Amino acid sequence: MPVLSLRKISKNFGAIKALTDVDLELEPGEVLGLMGDNGAGKSTLVKIIAGNFPPTSGELVLQDRPMHFHRPAEAREAGIEVVYQDLALCDNLSAAANIFLGREIARSIWPLKFLVSKDMTDKAGALFGELKSETRPHDLVRRMSGGQRQAVAISRTMLSEAKIVLMDEPTAAISVRQVAEVLDLIRRLKDRGIAIVLISHRMPDVFAVCDRVAVLRRGRKVAEKPIVQSSPEEVTGLITGAIQHA
Amino acid sequence: MPDTEAGATHPDIGDIRIEDVVGIKEQTAFERVISSQAFWVTIALIGIVALMSYLQPDAFASQANAYNMTRNFAYIGIMAVGMVAVIITGGIDLSVGSIMGVTGVVCGILLQAQYGWYIAVVAGLATGVVTGLINGLLIAYAGLSPFVVTLGMMSFARSIAIVLSENKMIYDFGPDGAAFKIIGGGQMLGLSNIFWALIILAVLIGVILKFTTWGRHLYAIGGNEQAARLTGVPVNRVKTQAYILSALTASIAAILVVGWQGSAINALGTSYELRVIASTVIGGANLMGGEGGTYGAVVGAALLEVIRNSLLMQGIDSNWQGAFVGVFIVLAVLLEKIRGRRRA
Ligand SMILES: Nc1ncnc2c1ncn2[C@@H]1O[C@H](COP(=O)(O)OP(=O)(O)O)[C@@H](O)[C@H]1O
Ligand SMILES: [Mg+2]
Repeated sequence: MPVLSLRKISKNFGAIKALTDVDLELEPGEVLGLMGDNGAGKSTLVKIIAGNFPPTSGELVLQDRPMHFHRPAEAREAGIEVVYQDLALCDNLSAAANIFLGREIARSIWPLKFLVSKDMTDKAGALFGELKSETRPHDLVRRMSGGQRQAVAISRTMLSEAKIVLMDEPTAAISVRQVAEVLDLIRRLKDRGIAIVLISHRMPDVFAVCDRVAVLRRGRKVAEKPIVQSSPEEVTGLITGAIQHA
Repeated sequence: MPDTEAGATHPDIGDIRIEDVVGIKEQTAFERVISSQAFWVTIALIGIVALMSYLQPDAFASQANAYNMTRNFAYIGIMAVGMVAVIITGGIDLSVGSIMGVTGVVCGILLQAQYGWYIAVVAGLATGVVTGLINGLLIAYAGLSPFVVTLGMMSFARSIAIVLSENKMIYDFGPDGAAFKIIGGGQMLGLSNIFWALIILAVLIGVILKFTTWGRHLYAIGGNEQAARLTGVPVNRVKTQAYILSALTASIAAILVVGWQGSAINALGTSYELRVIASTVIGGANLMGGEGGTYGAVVGAALLEVIRNSLLMQGIDSNWQGAFVGVFIVLAVLLEKIRGRRRA
């Protein structure tokens, strides 16, 4: 049974048709590569799944239950976590503070909630350990490399029992060496049975970690197939329109 | 991040960083302290006090002068520890001086009308809460710029103070006047109540900033408001509360100062907002948001007062004060910038 099914999802921004009748299914523990040129509608699709805004039409079904998210918090409660393109981290806070941002472990002494820093630091350390990342809980995000920032953003998704993690261009703007780190992080999430949607422009990354690939072109899904039955050449053709359908 | 470039082009050098080479794993508490602006401002403060105590042992280092100086910076400090919450979110509150004015007048009128001292205190605090709430709602929910909203409130509140007072000084405080005056005019252990109020508020707000979720959320909003929103931080509510806190501390300062001076004038607090903001910035708060603390705000306020007092004692024309204060503000920001560059 798929964890997530999208049925005939469309999204218009005024006159712009960002998405048209997109169907998509996601199985548990599967990594789906979502590819397409700039403006193809990838981020829009991710934002709909994440509850940033509702689709103009179409249905979003999570484990047999139709969902209507109005806020990102609702999607998160349903088990959908997002690693945003710009990572959405606070540079001035520590790694642990970022992981627990908005859901701090706290002891309530009315009217205040006191942070239980030790528990958060320990848990953050355990998550980094699990990801085999060298990131340290106390380090300020401002001082981190791109790969370490990714580890922080990804650890955040592991805090809750997420079923689905959406990653928008996690390997854009980081070095080759750090890309390998991030791909490892993705494999570890997959091992935990989490379904992942990976948006990437980088063909090698998609072919390294994805089980299936879906291609969007001008808001329409033009292909969806197992990665082993495709090739970088075919996907490139689908993205540019040289190949119409697959 | 130059090390990422190096990692890509020289794989053998990789991501080796200074910290790894010299074996420093994490910034120690000691390093954190000496890299903080508040630390250096404290050193400057101690230096000036030591120098002045040497130059003017009788006048400067006297018990009376210590009493005066601690009282004079205390009410600016009280406002500064509230202001710092707003500045941490990346906002600004220009209305604190005027809120002080209107609070003073409200207290004065009630005392003059024979109401009890506690009625005057509660009404004064309520004045702060209401003005802060208006600021906060307009900034957080209507999305208006903090600069513009609080500039408007600065003008509005001052005008209300003048209208309510009918442009007269209020000094006939009625039967509870004596009790009200003790709050702000009294002393304990040789220091003014206003100073003790500052210490209590600085510790209390300091603890809230560093050890509660609310404080954490203030820093998060100042660091990356969009990220805070996406992760479910109640950004609008927290911001509104920060402006309420700032206005509330201005009202507390007003209640204490009116009690100390024994009269309420509508001009109370005029131009204090600049001294308050200067105190927080000198103490290490970043006007771009995300950084600052109550200890810094207090030593910043203390430094400004010690400079003012020292110039006076050295017989330097008091008109030079502004110039010195200006130089210190710019120096503080420059220092912050240099440290920021080294960090990056
Ligand atoms: N909030 C928005 N308002 C108006 N148009 C938008 C908005 N978000 C995206 N679009 C438009 O929708 C289309 C798809 O954008 P997007 O999903 O960001 O593409 P991708 O992530 O694949 O590059 C583009 O034409 C873009 O300009
Ligand atoms: Mg995009």
